[in-house]
Amino acid sequence: MSKYLLIESRDPFETNDVAYFFDLASSLAKEGNTVTLFLVQNGVLPARPSTRSKALSALSTAGIQVLADEFSLRERGIPANRLATGVKAAPLDVVIDQLAEGRKALWH
Amino acid sequence: MADRKTLTFALMDPPYENARTTTALRLIDIAVRRGFDVNVFAYEGAVNVPFAKQAPHANAVHGRDVGEEDHPNPKDWVAALFKEAEKRGSKIDWVQCGLCVDERGATEWVPGPRRGSPADLVKFAESSDNTLVIPTK
Repeated sequence: MSKYLLIESRDPFETNDVAYFFDLASSLAKEGNTVTLFLVQNGVLPARPSTRSKALSALSTAGIQVLADEFSLRERGIPANRLATGVKAAPLDVVIDQLAEGRKALWH
Repeated sequence: MADRKTLTFALMDPPYENARTTTALRLIDIAVRRGFDVNVFAYEGAVNVPFAKQAPHANAVHGRDVGEEDHPNPKDWVAALFKEAEKRGSKIDWVQCGLCVDERGATEWVPGPRRGSPADLVKFAESSDNTLVIPTK
């Protein structure tokens, strides 16, 4: 099994492509892979509890580590202590750490 | 450091267009500060990120002069990355896609980047510990 780093930079309220990326994360996890979904830029918008955040909570329940860039959250006025269930704020350093560990990385 | 790791980033976005440029430069900055060597392959619009003739400007609409506007230019951030790498003993190998440079006439850069070709991206990917491609939308 492999380890994956999926980076979502897009707003799910703007493009439905995001749902496909979440599906990819889900499928990889179902296959037994270790998956981190890192939200950055407008990708953090569903981290604020809303109609679109249930998908993130479901991914977390499925064993996917769902992280949201602290800086992107601050830029958008989203408090790190009021995120959707299963989503945690994290520094961008996580991306560097996981790249260095050799994860298969995909940016969307 | 003998076991220094190398990360490669491929950038496509032009400056002043998208948060991807900012995020890419943040990633490179973190990697340099953490002691990694960094390869950058800039192609398409991204060859304008270190373009030397970017200039700050006043903002007449807001009534601010050049100093008050404090207009950020990505070329300064690129230069700062190279200075930070030098200070920390890290290496940045920033390759500007030559075809993309010629197409855009973006031939003047802040010190640091060098001219190359897509073949350099292959070499980077083969020789580094990992590669992150940050594509345009």
